[in-house]
Amino acid sequence: MNRGRLLTILGPFLGLLFVYGFFASLDAVGQGSFERFGTLFTAGNLKTVAAQTTIVAVAALGMTVVILSAGIDLSPGSSIALVTVVVALTVQRLAPSPFLAALAATGAGVLVGALVGFINGLAVTTLRIVPFIVTLGMMGVARGVAKYLAGNTTVQNVPETWLSGLLAIDRRPDAPLWKLPVGVWVLLILAAGLFAVLRWSVFGRHVFAIGSNESAARLCGIAVARTKVLIYALAGAFTGVAGVLQFSRLAIGDPTAAAGLELNIIASVVIGGASLSGGKGGVPGTILGALIMGVLKNGCDIYGIPNYVQDIFIGLIIIVAVGLDQLRQRR
Amino acid sequence: MRGVEKRFGATPALRSVELEVRRGEVHALIGENGAGKSTLMKVLSGAVAPDAGEMTLRGERYAPLGPDDARRAGVCMIYQELNLAPHLTVVENIFLGMEPSRFGIVRRREQEARAREALGALGHVDLPLHARAGSLSVSLQQVIEIARAIVSDASIIVFDEPTSSLTLKDAERLFEVIQRLRARGVSSIYISHFLEEVQRISDRFTVLREGLSVGSGDAASTPLPKIIELMVGRSLGEFFPRVPHTRGEPILELRGLCGDRLPRDVSMTLHRGEILGVAGLVGAGHTELLRAVYGLDPVTQGRVRVAAFEGGFEPPARRVRQGVGFLSENRKEEGLALARSIADNVTLSNWKPVSRWGWVFPAAQRRAADAWITRLAVKCRSAMQPVGDLSGGNQQKVALARLLYQGADVLLLDEPTRGVDIGSKVEVYRLMGELAAQGKAILFVSSYLPELLGVADRIAVMSRGRLSEARDAAAWTEHSILAQATGGEAA
Repeated sequence: MNRGRLLTILGPFLGLLFVYGFFASLDAVGQGSFERFGTLFTAGNLKTVAAQTTIVAVAALGMTVVILSAGIDLSPGSSIALVTVVVALTVQRLAPSPFLAALAATGAGVLVGALVGFINGLAVTTLRIVPFIVTLGMMGVARGVAKYLAGNTTVQNVPETWLSGLLAIDRRPDAPLWKLPVGVWVLLILAAGLFAVLRWSVFGRHVFAIGSNESAARLCGIAVARTKVLIYALAGAFTGVAGVLQFSRLAIGDPTAAAGLELNIIASVVIGGASLSGGKGGVPGTILGALIMGVLKNGCDIYGIPNYVQDIFIGLIIIVAVGLDQLRQRR
Repeated sequence: MRGVEKRFGATPALRSVELEVRRGEVHALIGENGAGKSTLMKVLSGAVAPDAGEMTLRGERYAPLGPDDARRAGVCMIYQELNLAPHLTVVENIFLGMEPSRFGIVRRREQEARAREALGALGHVDLPLHARAGSLSVSLQQVIEIARAIVSDASIIVFDEPTSSLTLKDAERLFEVIQRLRARGVSSIYISHFLEEVQRISDRFTVLREGLSVGSGDAASTPLPKIIELMVGRSLGEFFPRVPHTRGEPILELRGLCGDRLPRDVSMTLHRGEILGVAGLVGAGHTELLRAVYGLDPVTQGRVRVAAFEGGFEPPARRVRQGVGFLSENRKEEGLALARSIADNVTLSNWKPVSRWGWVFPAAQRRAADAWITRLAVKCRSAMQPVGDLSGGNQQKVALARLLYQGADVLLLDEPTRGVDIGSKVEVYRLMGELAAQGKAILFVSSYLPELLGVADRIAVMSRGRLSEARDAAAWTEHSILAQATGGEAA
């Protein structure tokens, strides 16, 4: 790994340390003992953070690919809500065999997510509308479809299946640290897979090339339109997985779920060092970006800091993260 | 400027440079890419501070703190990429950042009067003051920038490659403007790759090489070979090296090819082992011709045959597979992914040899890139270095390496030596000859006539979208090409 890449990862990593340092200093000033700071690191709490971060992080992986190609996707929040409804309805229909129902529902959820992304990609490439507008529109469309499918209410009375255990935390005191919720393992596997794809696959090189210079990519004979459709569909599939996890958390199909979540998702990617103008960013950064926000939220809960302070902190972190990155590049 | 030095990191960009510009003279600053011209100009314009040496301006010590400070001292830069706000009007652009005002309200009358005076001094009284800058041609935009310099009372104006994006006619008008500046006692520092141009318009010249000023003299009386020798540090031998090659079977045939607007009804045949030159003034449609053949611009009518493939429009991805390669005249904007590594740029059109089932083998990719880096003598630290770090000439070599690695048999080269230093130019010419000798077919578009005449086997001239018959290069002269290019419709 060369020095440039190392530095890019170092930034978000320092950010994470800074967040922990902030909580430590609260303890040091406040009560002189580090009891609350210690709770941050108990196995139970670490798992809580992981589980809370997972939904945003999975969707942020997809967003990373989109942003690397100099695009943007505003639809994942709505798309996640749509997926929870689809999953809930599928489980209800196939209730007699819960295991298969959950499996089919997962498949349907990921497929619906991918379909939303696919349509985004088609609109971006064939209608030549900028991604911001296309996905802004899709944000409304997906939310509306979710409400229609759910009959303008939430889908309740969904039979219990293995889906509800995806983010369940093993809280027994003797549970080993590696015994993470299934959803977190899914995240880790997806992250490792995407990391490899971006670094070592031809598709990954094409994503970077398009983000770095789209006309050059076209001129080099890369099928830019096809690659873009693939990028948005892939991002949609990741959103689909995030939607399945969201359902697991809610246990109902909620067409109003995850409102505004797209902003947290984009923020994770950006805090992780990606550039909205494309070509720069990556999986480790995104995961760290999601973690920074997760740890901050979790810490604020433990320290009893009110919700509005969290919002302000997260807003400031986005600005500071991007600002520091700009400073570093200017030098 | 005396003994000016500047180093970035470990590499000295300037080592003791002397430059003396007299009042009211046109002073040419020449040197290969990477010789330190732009760094020197950055020092002069206050964008970077020198590490050593001193500068004096009108007898006083001159040490600008920044571009603003330099501008106040009367030093103005006209960059290659123009710095205008396209949505503002001509007047607004001329006074941008230095609007005459009273209590924060712009004094429009005064602005207009001074703008008109400045434009008048440049011989452009008729330029509409309230037109949007973005709607004007590049050459008129350049005039606006120069007017800006006059309005701010500049005593030294630096022109960085000002004619590289101009047509011949517009370049003539620019020369006239520079003469007018000289008459007003304004000094110009003129950076250019076109030595013929330098000899024509400048009084004296200074040559930079590897951060040193290696010589200066009177522009008109110093013979061209002598200047080139100073630039490259050795005598160049042949400027247009001929590598013998023989014409083979036809490989690219166009029949009645029409684009959206340009080109119009173009027919031609390109053979293996042949370099076919296409000349034309800016806007004649030669770039569009290449783009239409390659599938970047639409084909509305006509046939294109590449080897065994016959058809009309085909997108670039398919052309690449048919063995066609395209080198854009616009390296930075569409030729290269500047932020990506050399290796990625070289293999961008053809992943097959360095990947399997969609997965790239980094080591194989690196080896492939290294081979071309050595072969074309690209100056770089490693194949993983971003292309954007390299000098123009080396970037161009990477762009060429991509075509060669791709294994294209038909090479469409659009201004392959634009923005490339003389030493690299010669290498590009030699490379083209070698490729032709290997049986590749080269369609070579250039607006620099000497190189067309020196390198191409046959030449055709484009004029208003139509292509003349291709004739042996020996049958053309610069004069006859120009006549054909300007009067194409009749001829």
